[in-house]
Amino acid sequence: GLLNSCPAGVASCPASSCPCRSPLSPRLTLLESVLLGPRPTTSRMEFSELIRTGQAQAELLRGPEAPPLRGTLCVTGHHLLLSPGPQATPDLWLLLLRSVDSIEKRVAGDCGTITLRCKDLRVLQLDIEGVEATLNIARSIEALSSLESVITSFPFFYRPKGLRLGDAWHFHPPERYYKRVARETNAWRLSEANEDFSLCPSYPRAVIVPRAVNDDALALTARFRQGGRFPVLSYHHAPAEPAGWVRLPELSPCPQVLLRSSQPLIGPQKRRCAEDEALLRAVLAGSRPGARGFIVDTRSAQTAKQARMTGGGTEAKAAYPGWKRLHRPLERGRPLQESFVHLVEACGDLEQSMDHWLSRLAGCRWLAHVKEALSTACLAAQGMEREGACILVHGAEGTDSTLVVTSLAQLILDPSSRTMAGFQELVEREWIQAGHPFQLRCAHSAFSHARPKHEAPTFLLFLDCVWQLGRQFPLSLEFGEGMLLALFDHAYASPFGTFLCNSEQERCLCEVRTRTHSLWSGLNQLKEQRKLRNPLYVPNPLALWPSVEPQSLRLWQGLFLRWTRPPEPSEAAWEKVWQIVTDQEKTEGSQPTVSASELQL
Amino acid sequence: MEHIRTTKVEQVKLLDRFSSSNKALTGTLYLTATHLLFIDFHQKETWILHHHIASVEKLALTTSGCPLVIQCKNFRTVHFIVPRERDCHDIYNSLLQLSKQGFANDTNEILDRPMCLQITHFHQRTGKIVSSTKYEDLYAFSYNPKQNDSERLRGWQLIDLAEEYQRMGVPNSNWQLSDANRDYKICETYPKELYVPRIASKPIIVGSSKFRSKGRFPVLSYYHQSKEAAICRCSQPLSGFSARCLEDEHLLQAISKANPANHYMYVVDTRPRHRMQSWWATQKDIGRIIVRISSRIWNDEKIRESDEKKRLNAMANRAAGKGYENEDNYSNIRFQFVGIENIHVMRSSLQRLLEVSGTRGLSVGDLYSGLQSSGWLRHVQAVLGAAVVLAKAVTTESASVLVHCSDGWDRTSQVCSLGSLLLDPYYRTVRGFMVLIEKDWISFGHKFSESTGTVDFFQAHFQKFVLSGVRCGHLDGDPKEVSPVFTQFLECVWHLTEQFPQAFEFNEAFLLQIHEHIHSCQFGNFIGNCQKEREELKLKEKTYSLWPFLLEDRVKYLNPLYQPQAQEFAVLEPNTVSFNFKFWRNMYHQFDRTLHPRQSVFNIIANMNEQNKQLENDIKDLESEQTLLPGNDALRTIDSSNPADNRYSEYAEEFSKPDPAVVSLEYGVARMTC
Repeated sequence: GLLNSCPAGVASCPASSCPCRSPLSPRLTLLESVLLGPRPTTSRMEFSELIRTGQAQAELLRGPEAPPLRGTLCVTGHHLLLSPGPQATPDLWLLLLRSVDSIEKRVAGDCGTITLRCKDLRVLQLDIEGVEATLNIARSIEALSSLESVITSFPFFYRPKGLRLGDAWHFHPPERYYKRVARETNAWRLSEANEDFSLCPSYPRAVIVPRAVNDDALALTARFRQGGRFPVLSYHHAPAEPAGWVRLPELSPCPQVLLRSSQPLIGPQKRRCAEDEALLRAVLAGSRPGARGFIVDTRSAQTAKQARMTGGGTEAKAAYPGWKRLHRPLERGRPLQESFVHLVEACGDLEQSMDHWLSRLAGCRWLAHVKEALSTACLAAQGMEREGACILVHGAEGTDSTLVVTSLAQLILDPSSRTMAGFQELVEREWIQAGHPFQLRCAHSAFSHARPKHEAPTFLLFLDCVWQLGRQFPLSLEFGEGMLLALFDHAYASPFGTFLCNSEQERCLCEVRTRTHSLWSGLNQLKEQRKLRNPLYVPNPLALWPSVEPQSLRLWQGLFLRWTRPPEPSEAAWEKVWQIVTDQEKTEGSQPTVSASELQL
Repeated sequence: MEHIRTTKVEQVKLLDRFSSSNKALTGTLYLTATHLLFIDFHQKETWILHHHIASVEKLALTTSGCPLVIQCKNFRTVHFIVPRERDCHDIYNSLLQLSKQGFANDTNEILDRPMCLQITHFHQRTGKIVSSTKYEDLYAFSYNPKQNDSERLRGWQLIDLAEEYQRMGVPNSNWQLSDANRDYKICETYPKELYVPRIASKPIIVGSSKFRSKGRFPVLSYYHQSKEAAICRCSQPLSGFSARCLEDEHLLQAISKANPANHYMYVVDTRPRHRMQSWWATQKDIGRIIVRISSRIWNDEKIRESDEKKRLNAMANRAAGKGYENEDNYSNIRFQFVGIENIHVMRSSLQRLLEVSGTRGLSVGDLYSGLQSSGWLRHVQAVLGAAVVLAKAVTTESASVLVHCSDGWDRTSQVCSLGSLLLDPYYRTVRGFMVLIEKDWISFGHKFSESTGTVDFFQAHFQKFVLSGVRCGHLDGDPKEVSPVFTQFLECVWHLTEQFPQAFEFNEAFLLQIHEHIHSCQFGNFIGNCQKEREELKLKEKTYSLWPFLLEDRVKYLNPLYQPQAQEFAVLEPNTVSFNFKFWRNMYHQFDRTLHPRQSVFNIIANMNEQNKQLENDIKDLESEQTLLPGNDALRTIDSSNPADNRYSEYAEEFSKPDPAVVSLEYGVARMTC
């Protein structure tokens, strides 16, 4: 799998010979190279072979609200450009080819129309002069947007002004999170048994495991779990108890843990693994005396049982004393992708009747998935917070719905994960480093005609759940909808390297950290803050228990209807909120007006 | 109070409506002359006005006590468990009587029967007994907010419609105040002061009123000063055997001529065309039967069918008696149907909606397919769509519009008032909205006392005993007349506030508060069905007006994001695409605390806004002391949430469920409880 995703290979294209390396911004470089003619660089060849027609006159329609743009259309290695004239750089319109999800061409008379459906759910229409030009441009876009090579992708050439390479890559190493855990407990240690990714290719180099389990035992446990994903610590919850909070004495200071793994390889022979059992026993032993554990299996009991036929399965009761299994089936894979596709289809139809719209909304089941994901996360969080139990979450591979549950549970329980930095850390630790295969899952968004192979909007499901949480607790998240939208866009197509590849191992091989910019450094720039932050944020030390009733869940219009509804009134309102808050800060000085404690009343 | 046998019951449990684990608050239930009050052990009070009660139901006795379910007109549902059956029975009987006083006197015997079904049956069949309720028993006539007579009078004078018409710019050279309806002789359900085109003489008005259902001839509802276009309203024409009415045609001509900008005008029939046609069909059938009988042609039906058609149609039209205008008789007029369903469809639609949203353990799919099958959002979309048609005609074509439905007091009120709201920013202010309700709803005779009724939704579907009957359900009457027309209007306004968060001075809490008082009968504004009736009831002497009380609490109802000067909000052009319509949770689940967002953005912004203003003032006054304003409780703010409030907590019961296999072998699992 790895070689397929990096067909160019690491060695064949060393960083120094990459095309378009220039101190100037890539936008200018590309514009330059297109408008001034291609420069004779050798490695440019592989793109130029794919570009059949570099330029054409075209008109761009960007939806009902935006005015059409006319100008010269250019296809470059990574972008589609529309320039109204050679001197008018500011009006340049630019689209990353990688973000094209599907392309549709039509010709009539001596001109043609290309409809581009983007991964961020935008629909663009290009009216191009000349039939030949249309067909050539369509073919070029098709070929360039579906390149699978990682190291020739745009992030490897993107050199924005004001950012230094490698700047934010060291924000969130596993060591950093371990330091936090170590402050709270000494029952866990940071193991570097996976240093060379031999135990588990989808785990990072260092993982947090019970202190009582040595690296040899880990190696054996890894062999008993699918993909080597042995149980590791996902979150250590040491509740900071607010003043006046009364707890039952038997539940008092009890640190709780959340673990994740993949399914055990029980198989039809009902295999067991003493080390795996010992590991989970050690988890309970490291908690308070008499602690219980719950295994939240994100499959139905039936599916989990059937998985034995293919070598998988789920923990047998007898083998894991003290642990009890709960089955919470969450949708994943193709059904989830289809649900997403159907929802986006419904959202694109402006003419449909109310009945049709509502029946499609019900039929696509997207909100049902949101509800299930959110309530499973609440269940896990509740098990920790209220029952003082240890929770292990896994499904089959442990890279999809498992991560939805563990990351949401942290957001519910952990106030620090609700800050701007904390949320980035959460996404980095629980999604990127935890080995969610972004490249496979986000290869296509909702418009692709191709039969989905590995695509699934798991990460989007997580973002939607976070959005629902933010709607119900509008003051408790430091980031706003803009942040979630940015993450969605960048996960599917990005000039940054953060969401590239499927695992840490692949990122290492491709040298993503040293040769691309981190999204976090891009997002943390001052100019982005107003778009991403929630102006009303007030730290809330309590757990956020959302309502999961269907009446309380809403369609995420800001995402699914982003390009179809006129945004002005709501955007203007948001501006007004910012203005009020800024005024507030000005008049108020440093004194916080609405303290957290007041809010809790 | 003679009806109250038990005033206080202790150890009563209040169940969570959506919890399947019978989670409950324990407290004490008090019964007063006007309210039912529950105080739980946290000292939190739940007040239920007797007038708000739509139905009371006593369920079968359980081990924990006797369940009492109360459904309210403001969509509150409470489920009590009273430990002793005797107490429950007493409260049940008292509530039945108190919520509709006068009812019980002659029906005690029936009420003692425990079976709800029988009572429903009884009620349906003998609805007339119920109507012994008198207006004077309503809460408004006993409510005393400690105001003296002059304060009371000033309260009633707060909203002055004459002033409002002046604000619009009438009377003017084209429109005048008519005294034709001075003694309510021409139309009982219209107000006295009516504005009509200056060239429309009294005989024309009288003639037209005879041609229109209930005498509701075309009059001015809203005048758009800069476009010189008018929104007028009336009822349907009685185009029966006398298929034409020259006076009516003249009046319409006068309206179109009163608009110098555009002599072309629209007549908007708010009813769906297909319904009109199917209605025609039945009328034609009657006509056909008459023709057949008279000409004895039923023997050779097939032969005569075709040449018969023309004659039949003409005959049927005349036999019909009611209908829509014959386009041939009116020039310069474009007729348009906008397809809003009638009150009966609306009533059952909301019934269905509430039935769905009140289901325990509702799934997402069920909610949306329920929303779809109820058709409620479709109806809301149709109403708003009609208002958009109106506003467009006025703004883009400067054309005048005449709106009618059947009687011209339900759909017509909705469409005219929403149309004005889109056109005129004044109606989007707190005071302007009050004026709008006074003008298009109260003065033009929306049958509040009959119609905003408690939707008798519970009757049809749960076979519960419906205490309220009539449209607005203040008094008992024909349940067929109850309809959530006004609620629907408020919902349309809410949808507009959602689409234009900065265009309205008021917030959602304001709409909810008005809705509350439509049913509370605490103030006189919504009592009675028309101005004539209100005068006879001497409401201005005997009751208080709601508006001054709302204005007193104005701060609670302000939208902190309001931009009064913004040009882009001069005329609202809402987008009526299907996905802009959402289920109004804060209305239909107003009292289901756990379903709402736990923090309110509005409150915090409002507070900040107030503080900004305050601080600016403070700085001006060179005062350094900074004071926090009291919190705003207009919207629910629940910052601390609890897993026990939510449904996933019930999944968690599995946590404490003993697992037999494990218990016996390993740990003392059973010990572990939440």
